[in-house]
Parts: sequence; C-alpha cells; structure tokens
Amino acid sequence: MSMTQQAEPAVTSPPVSGPGKEKDGRTQQRSLVLRLLARPEVGVFLGALAILVFFLIMAPTLRQGSSMSTVLYQSSTIGIMVLPVALLMIGGEFDLSSGVAPVASALTASMTAFELTLNVWVGVIAALVVSLAIGFFNGWLLVKTGLPSFLVTLGTFMGLQGVNLAVTKLVTGNVATDDISDMDGFDQAKALFASSFDVGGVNVKVTVLWWLAFAALATWVLLRTKYGNWIFAVGGNKDSARAVGVPVNFTKISLFVLVGFGAWFVGMHNLFQYNTVQSGEGVGNELIYIAAAVVGGCLLTGGYGTIIGPVFGAFMFGLVQLGIVYATWNPDWFKTFLGVMLVGATLVNLWVRKQATRR
Amino acid sequence: MDRSSHPRSRRFAPVIAVAAAAALTLAGCSSSSGGKKSEEGAANASAGKATTPRMTVALVTHQAPGDTFWDTVRKGAEAAAAKDNIKLIYSADPNAGNQANLVQTAIDQKVDGIAVTLAKPDAMKGVIGKADKAGIPVVGLNSGLSDWKQFNMLEFFGQDESVAGEAFGKKLNEVGAKHALCVIQEQGNVGLTQRCDGVEKTFDGKLDVQNVNGADKPSVKSTLTAKLKQDSSIDYVVTLGAPFALTAVQSVSDAGSKAKVATFDLNKELIQAVKSGDIQFAVDQQPYLQGYLAVDGLWLYKNNGNYSGGGEQPVLTGPAFVDKSNVDKIAEFAAKGTR
Repeated sequence: MSMTQQAEPAVTSPPVSGPGKEKDGRTQQRSLVLRLLARPEVGVFLGALAILVFFLIMAPTLRQGSSMSTVLYQSSTIGIMVLPVALLMIGGEFDLSSGVAPVASALTASMTAFELTLNVWVGVIAALVVSLAIGFFNGWLLVKTGLPSFLVTLGTFMGLQGVNLAVTKLVTGNVATDDISDMDGFDQAKALFASSFDVGGVNVKVTVLWWLAFAALATWVLLRTKYGNWIFAVGGNKDSARAVGVPVNFTKISLFVLVGFGAWFVGMHNLFQYNTVQSGEGVGNELIYIAAAVVGGCLLTGGYGTIIGPVFGAFMFGLVQLGIVYATWNPDWFKTFLGVMLVGATLVNLWVRKQATRR
Repeated sequence: MDRSSHPRSRRFAPVIAVAAAAALTLAGCSSSSGGKKSEEGAANASAGKATTPRMTVALVTHQAPGDTFWDTVRKGAEAAAAKDNIKLIYSADPNAGNQANLVQTAIDQKVDGIAVTLAKPDAMKGVIGKADKAGIPVVGLNSGLSDWKQFNMLEFFGQDESVAGEAFGKKLNEVGAKHALCVIQEQGNVGLTQRCDGVEKTFDGKLDVQNVNGADKPSVKSTLTAKLKQDSSIDYVVTLGAPFALTAVQSVSDAGSKAKVATFDLNKELIQAVKSGDIQFAVDQQPYLQGYLAVDGLWLYKNNGNYSGGGEQPVLTGPAFVDKSNVDKIAEFAAKGTR
C-alpha cells in the first residue's frame, strides 16, 4: 500500500556523497532501475515477492483470498510491534524487552479491570501508562548510565518476565488472568483492538488496518518531520548529532516510549482477542521483531533503514510461518524451514542491494 | 553534554501525570458485570490438620514459567502440605540440567522427601541416585512412568501419556471422527509427542500432526486457521493443553471449518467451553491430584511406612474424560483454579 509514499530518507549515512553530489556524473548515469534497487526496502520487497510466488506454487490453498487474510493477520500482529522496533533501530538502539512487554501490558489491563471490578477501559488506560513507563524507564536508564541498550533491555526483559509471573500469581492466585469478556466496556475495546470485517466475502482483521495506518504514519514522521531527521542523526552519529543541536536524549527516550506504545497496542489485541492472558507468554518474540526489522533493511548499527522495509519484513515472517503449513511440509522441520528461508531472504536482499550499488 | 538530558526527560513527567489522572477519573466507572466481585469466595479443599512433627518436602518440576497446568499441580501439593504439617519447597526449571541442580539443592538442605518429575530421565538419574544414598525418599509424578522403578524411587503418581493418547483415539472413534489434527504446542517435548503417538495407535481415521509456537497466541491461531483452510477434510482438532483448545475454537470459526475441538488437560475457561459445547471433551490427568498425592505419599511413608501402589505399580491419575455429561460437577472446583 504505502509504496507510493516513498521518498529519499532525509539523512542516510552509508553511501558517502561528497559536496558535489548534484554534479557527480556517476549517480546521474545510473538507470532508474538501479537507483530503485539501491533503496533499502526494494531488496526485501523482492525477497518477499520471491517467497510469495514460491508458496503460491507450492500451496494451492494460499491462492484463496481468505488464506491471504490469515497471512496478513499473522503479519500484522508481528508488524505493529516491528514498526517502533525498526524506528528504535534506526535510532541506534534495540529493545530485548519488546517480546514480553505486550504480555505485561495485557496482564496489567486484565488484572486492573478484573480485580477492582472496573470498566475494562480503566484497565486499558492503566496498561497504557504502565507500557509507556516501561519504555521511558528503558530510555532513561540508557541515557543516564550510558550502558549499551543490549544490557539495559536484557535487564528489563528478565525483570518483566519475573514480574509478569509473580505479580499475576500474587494477585489472581493463578498464573493466567481471569476471563474479562463479560465485563463492561469489553465489546467496545474488542471492536477497537480485535474486531474483523468482511471485504468481498473475505474476513479481514482490524489489526491489518492498524498496522498499515501506523506504518504510513511512521513513514511520514521519519521522512517528513524534524523528529524523523533526529532519529537518523542519533542513530548515525550521536556525538555529531548532539553537536549540531539534536536533542539526543529526548530522541532516544521517546523512541523507547514508542516501543512501549506498540507493546500496549499488541497487548490489548491479545487480551481482547483471547479474553485471558497467560503470564509466561511472549518470550522469544523480541528476536522475531528484531529479525523482521533487519530483514527489512534496518542496520543493526543504526542510522539507516526505512519503515516500508520492515513492513515487508513482518509480512515475510507471517508468510513463511503459514506458507509452510499451507504447503503441508513435515511439521518436524518447521523451525528449520523458517530459519533457512529467512537467512535466504536476507541474502537475496543483500545481494540485490550490492548489485544495485556496484557500478 | 548532559545538560540537555534533564529538562528533556522531565517533559515526560506531565504526560505520565495526566495519564494517571485520567485513569483515576475513569476509576469512577466500575463494571456492572463480571470481575472479581461476581466471583464467590469459595474455600479451598482442606481436610483438618495433621499433628505429626513438621517435615520438609521439596517438589521439583520441569514447569515452564506461567504454565496453568503446573500451577494446578503446585496447588495440590500445597494443599497436602498444609494438611500434613509439611513445609513445601517448590522449584522448577524446564532445562533438565538445571532441574537436576535444583534436586541437588534439596539434598543439600537435607529435606525429608523429594517429589520430582522425570521429563528427561537420563539427566535426573545421577542426582536421584545421590538422594537415595543420602537416605532421602524420592517419589515421581507426572512424567517418568517408564523409569521411576529403575531409579529405585518409592512410588509414582501420574498418567501414562501413551495410554491417555490411546484412550483419546478410542473416544475419537466413538464420536465418529474421520480425520484429526494433533496440535503440539512445544516442538520436541517427549510427553506431548507420546500423546499424539498414542492417539494415532488407536484412532481408525487419519491423524496429522501440527507444531505451533505455544508462547504466541496470535501465531497459534493463524497457524491453525491456515492448516484448517488448507485441508477442509479435518473434522477434529486435538490440542494437548487447555489454552490451545480455546484458541483452536477461534481458528475453526475463522477458517469456516466444521471441525470440532477436543483436548488434553483442563482449566477454568475450558470447563465453560465444554459446558457451552465449543469443546467436545477433555482428557483430564488430574494435575491437582498428582501434586497432592506425591506430597501426601511422602508423609504416609514417613509416618506410617506406607507405599502407594504397593511400591510395585504406579498410581494412575488419568485419563479421566470430562464432557457435557459430567462437566457441571467439575465446574464448581474449576472455578477455584484447582481442577
């Protein structure tokens, strides 16, 4: 969808372009195709396309509209979280607590509403506060201590895992929350976070729309606003960014808060789709989010990347996970297929970019 | 350089304050239905209290964090401990090496008895031998049916996963299933694989197996939806844990499939689903009973020299079937989270 909204990122570090960029004959002569291929999201687009064609051939069921809708749903629950994770990575940091953070959020909402017998929306807002606070804490600790984000968020990841379990057990007496589907406000909240509607006989989940809307918004912010420039700048080179007046600490902290927002949204979807939450869920998802962003062309070192790339990255994850099922391959090999296809897709992505940037 | 950090981070304070204030304002609106208030305060099972001297028992399982099944086992063990004047030390780790270390710490603490699961028997063999040498009685529960006797353990409480699977397969024949899907939520788990194998052994129809990522509900849901769409001849979905059965019900409706859902193991929400007809039946291995009997068995051995199962045979806690015909009896206990 948002293919049309692309524009050159305002600040991209990798290709060193001298002051005479306009007059550099080399860039002028490169064909449109090559210039297109050099964009970070084109590689992943071609990779996703290749896998899509492959599975369309291998798995006849995937050709139905309803199957594609299932794939899009799977991609969207990954994809909504990948967006802030990708922004954070462009900003030079990453967040290992992003896998269990949605579970923490869903647990907060569910327990607040149930234990105090309040309208479900009170729980939803309490969860938002907690999620944003977790994000803020990550960012604040990072800029205060100067520790690498790997360490800070690893700590939060483990801490949250324990808190999720212990607090749930302490409050509810069980390790899963109680069913809140008969409480006031549940239906409205479900309509917002977990409803679905029919388009031409195909059932589409609302998360797919949210995913694309958030992606469009994130693309606009990244490419068209001052804040977007700040993200590229702090990810590219923190010290020079600070030297030219970019509020580095604000940018980094706010990016972590954005991840908190994403965690809240995904957590609310999980709660209102499934009515209860198990406190041990979510572990391992952080790596899927990071992988989808990397497959989508975001560098692990920061300062480079797009939003459309990670959108395709998340789509590729959803597609491979379900394509294997549609193709009825031996389930024992499930994870192996997943790993091979992902590394393969990333290599295609890399190769395309290399071909394009080489003269 | 740090000068910018302070005023910037302070910008968040008002945001959080506003959000908190909004939450408090909303706190005025309470829910008229559901919630804690609608739950009746039901007392836990209790059966008087033993006056025997206080003893210490360690229960060491391979529970993964946050698993509802193991929480029920633990509750059974706690109930027995409270009744028998036992101090219960509970610990768990899904990693076999770590679990063996936890048993070692129990030996170091010179406990009066150890109850342990044998999900990966080979890794536990050495440390159970040590407990034996130290004169600490060890009982097995849940998994390890084929190994507990060789390890010179006192007694065993649990379900034979293969037997349960076979019973499940027979039940599928009874209800007229033709093509079933066995859903494994944790790839490589021996007990879960045994269940599917058991079903396959007695089930006359065709059985497919599907692995799903149990740690991620949306992924479970869409994987099952995909599978049901891919093969519309599937008429029964067999899940191996209660939470996955409830997700499978959503998948069935999403895929527009006519498949019915049945499962191993129970929880509170599942009982409701059996009542409403969303789930056809569940095989119950009675986790509460496993925890309870393991601890109580150790108490009986110490205080009266008893051997449950005569020291020769395991004490089977399952498979018991729960379906519409008997669900009401169980529902009142399940509401407390102990069934």
